[in-house]
Amino acid sequence: MSNIYLQATLGGALIGLSAALLLLLSGRIAGISGILSNAVLWRVGQSGWRVWFVLGLLISPAAYVLAGGGLPEANPSMGAGALILAGLLVGFGARLGSGCTSGHGVCGLSNLSRRSLVATLTFMGAAMVTVYFVHHWGA
Amino acid sequence: MTMQAIIGLAAGLLFGLGLIISGMTDPSRVIAFLDVADAWNPSLAFVMASAIAVALPAFSLYKRRGALVGQDKHHPLPDTRIINRELVAGNALFGIGWGLCGICPGPAVVLVGHGSASGLIFTAAMIAGMLAYAWYEKVAPGEQSSVASG
Repeated sequence: MSNIYLQATLGGALIGLSAALLLLLSGRIAGISGILSNAVLWRVGQSGWRVWFVLGLLISPAAYVLAGGGLPEANPSMGAGALILAGLLVGFGARLGSGCTSGHGVCGLSNLSRRSLVATLTFMGAAMVTVYFVHHWGA
Repeated sequence: MTMQAIIGLAAGLLFGLGLIISGMTDPSRVIAFLDVADAWNPSLAFVMASAIAVALPAFSLYKRRGALVGQDKHHPLPDTRIINRELVAGNALFGIGWGLCGICPGPAVVLVGHGSASGLIFTAAMIAGMLAYAWYEKVAPGEQSSVASG
């Protein structure tokens, strides 16, 4: 499977399937920033399934390799400063904005939420402008 | 292990495999997707489109019938319709962070599982950002969105 469009479509379908199963089997939204934040903050009665979901994400690379897949380069050349700044912005921003790529971009849009459409257009636009400045401004 | 734990674990595993296969855990490919000004690689648009194509029927079924199994059959969907400053500012900050390194929350956790030092640094900072928000939510005056969907 070498075609990146085929990979994107198949991978996307699995993400959609995960969101569909979580919703139909337990009535929950597969929004990663909310799941991770609530798993870390540990609220009694709220965190259990979220911790398991995060564990599932953590073991997915091992499962992929066991199934015969090859993983991409895990350590892209980025400085620790950029990683820390980006991580802080992603963590704080996703919570302030009530979601991220999964919660708004996949689940919110699947729920036909206008709020999530605004959110998705906002983070896509901000990310594209940021990439433009970082990679083309004065370069 | 409860049923909810098994469903959570399976959904997380499936989600992680989807992120890996789709290319979302490869920051250079994410940045190529976001780089509309130079050799734009639109393949990652297919990830979202394909995910929605599968999830949308499930959401419409859920809205009619609720969950198919379990006691928590009608756990309400987020129904906040308010489009406010928090929504726009939060997603703008998130987008800037995503554009800086090409990593969003799901891939960040998968990269930790992969043993990536970059992923670990990013994820530690991301969790610090989430904890900072939890603190901000407590001390900041005014209305806050109670929906934690993301």
